[in-house]
Amino acid sequence: MIILADIIGATIIFAIPLLLVALGGMFSERSGTINIALEGIMIIGALFSSLFLRSADKAGWGPDHPQLAMLGAMAIGALAGTIFSLLLAVASVSLKADQTIGGTALNLFAPAFAIVLTWGIQGQGQTTINIPTWIKITRESLGLQPSQDPGFWDALLFKSTYLTTPIALIILALTVFIIYKTRFGLRLRACGEHPHAADSVGINVYRLRYIGVAISGFLAGIGGLAFTIAAGSGFQSTVAGYGFFALAVMIFGNWHPVRIFGAALFFALFRVIGSYSGSIPFLPTLSGIKYSQYIYQMLPYIVTMIILVFTSGKSRAPKAEGIPYDKGSR
Amino acid sequence: MKARIRKLIQKPGFDSLMASAAAIGIGLIFGLILLIVFNPGKSLYGFSQILFAGFSSAGKFSKVLYQAAPLIMTGLAVGFAFKTGLFNIGASGQYMLGTFFALYTGIIWQFPWWAALLAAMVGGAIWGAMPGLFKAFFNVNEVITSIMFNWIGLFAVNVLLANIPRVLADFYGASNPDRTANMAAANPAAIVPKWGLDRIFGSSYINISFFIAVILAVLAYIVLNRTIFGYELKACGYNRNASIYAGINARRNIVLSMIIAGSFAGLGGGIYYLSGTAQYTIEKILPAMGFNGIPVALLATSNPLGIIFSALFVSYIQVGGEAMQPEYAKEIIDIIISVIIYLSAFSLLLKGFIRRQLQKLARVEAKAASEEEVAA
Repeated sequence: MIILADIIGATIIFAIPLLLVALGGMFSERSGTINIALEGIMIIGALFSSLFLRSADKAGWGPDHPQLAMLGAMAIGALAGTIFSLLLAVASVSLKADQTIGGTALNLFAPAFAIVLTWGIQGQGQTTINIPTWIKITRESLGLQPSQDPGFWDALLFKSTYLTTPIALIILALTVFIIYKTRFGLRLRACGEHPHAADSVGINVYRLRYIGVAISGFLAGIGGLAFTIAAGSGFQSTVAGYGFFALAVMIFGNWHPVRIFGAALFFALFRVIGSYSGSIPFLPTLSGIKYSQYIYQMLPYIVTMIILVFTSGKSRAPKAEGIPYDKGSR
Repeated sequence: MKARIRKLIQKPGFDSLMASAAAIGIGLIFGLILLIVFNPGKSLYGFSQILFAGFSSAGKFSKVLYQAAPLIMTGLAVGFAFKTGLFNIGASGQYMLGTFFALYTGIIWQFPWWAALLAAMVGGAIWGAMPGLFKAFFNVNEVITSIMFNWIGLFAVNVLLANIPRVLADFYGASNPDRTANMAAANPAAIVPKWGLDRIFGSSYINISFFIAVILAVLAYIVLNRTIFGYELKACGYNRNASIYAGINARRNIVLSMIIAGSFAGLGGGIYYLSGTAQYTIEKILPAMGFNGIPVALLATSNPLGIIFSALFVSYIQVGGEAMQPEYAKEIIDIIISVIIYLSAFSLLLKGFIRRQLQKLARVEAKAASEEEVAA
């Protein structure tokens, strides 16, 4: 039972960054801009929020107010992500450049910048920013007595829960509301489907696309922190391709927030099965094979491909995504 | 003489060349600023390493060529697909499969180098075909498929190599079991030949792989610009629906374009790991060579001949970046390249600006010339 709780807990903690970043990608694409720079934005967000946590730890106030420090780190990550994403918006909305090229440049810039800055701050060769352990939500931080005999629920709720988890779920609910129930959401979707029609009724397409990209930067920045926490070994100037997986999750979730959540959980589950393959009793152990864990680590990618084959016929991408909006064109 | 320069300036390629040069200049200045910020005392030393280390010795220069060869190939893999309107972000996976096929055929089947390189192309082509097939028949976005197959390829190659004892270094008495064999011990005939270049350059890094890469770049240029097949590929890239309407088989072209692109990347892996100086290490990260193909292709606006030069440039400043260690992190080079790519993203704007300036210049000259005539 404990192992089941572990798997569920690990699934959730890995699903959270995917959810946040895929939602971000959705905001951007719904407004008509393909944000291939999610990977880079995550790295920038994770970099600055890790630095913030590090300084909170060094200054000594972090351990006393762990959740406040966590909230601050998320805000810093979101801010850094937003600012960084504006570089993409300038290139692809204002200057009407090819969106994949601008995004690729940001993806290339982010990890290199993170390494250079980490070196600059921590000294030569110090490439890992350690994340303090006090950020975890435990029984004590909720004011409960420590449990004498940790059971299923303890393992599920207090082994790997961070502030990012509840906040991500709130963001999910907010996203559903914003996209489908507000005027802003309707206008955003219009810009991604038919920007000329939107423009003809007085909507400022450029402004909305800027906002769409900025929201994606905001969410991907938090997602970067969420990934770094989930990965568990500090910030090492990488998010291991999660920005790209988030794109896959978004497509798999058909640009719909709730389905994106399902897709993120699904993808995370297979990833966790991959890394827990040794301790799950009913899986074949493949003991004759060296590095057999790699076989299980292929699982999420193979399963995603199979599912995309079956779902892509019904796939509904925003019609105008990837095409820079030009008022004068027809 | 003046007329000749004017003719050169009026050539359509000139302003895009100038735009690239401007982007490179700004990128380098940005790099210099970073060097000054992080270590002002050593900044001039670091910058001179970036600019000149690649030419500082024959050994360094052979390293530039040595790294440029696989970069040309992965750059072609990205650029060729770009011309057909496909973003091949999967060059890493194709490169891995090429590496595996080259090592397997070279060591287990004792293939000579040229046959092992052909096998590498087959391996890359198989992996490249995947995104093409998924795109053509199931309408799955090739970016996602490429990314998924990058990781599938990485893990698959790792498991396969780890479980074939004869390709690993420890089979030949070396200590590290996570490394593939030194080719000199496993099969010297599979090492890409040097044809005496090593004696001229005095470096073991140099071999004919750079020339192989150049030949393939020229072939890619001819196919794209001088054949019906290439015309059809580009037509699919410009407007898929229009090309279908014109009777072009778009599905076939998408798959073929990705197969060719994949075989380029696969060959890149082959020439790098059959050089005799590189050994593949089983790792959990994708090879950077595959991703570096993207900036190489973008810098050359996917022109196969331009890719030769952009790969040389990227390799050149990377050698410079290695030379400025340990004073600076070599990742500063990646920052410079990313700034250049970012600027080239709006090269149209830069191009327009340069064009206007040139036209102004031409008008002034023409006016001066006509005034001279009147005076005469």
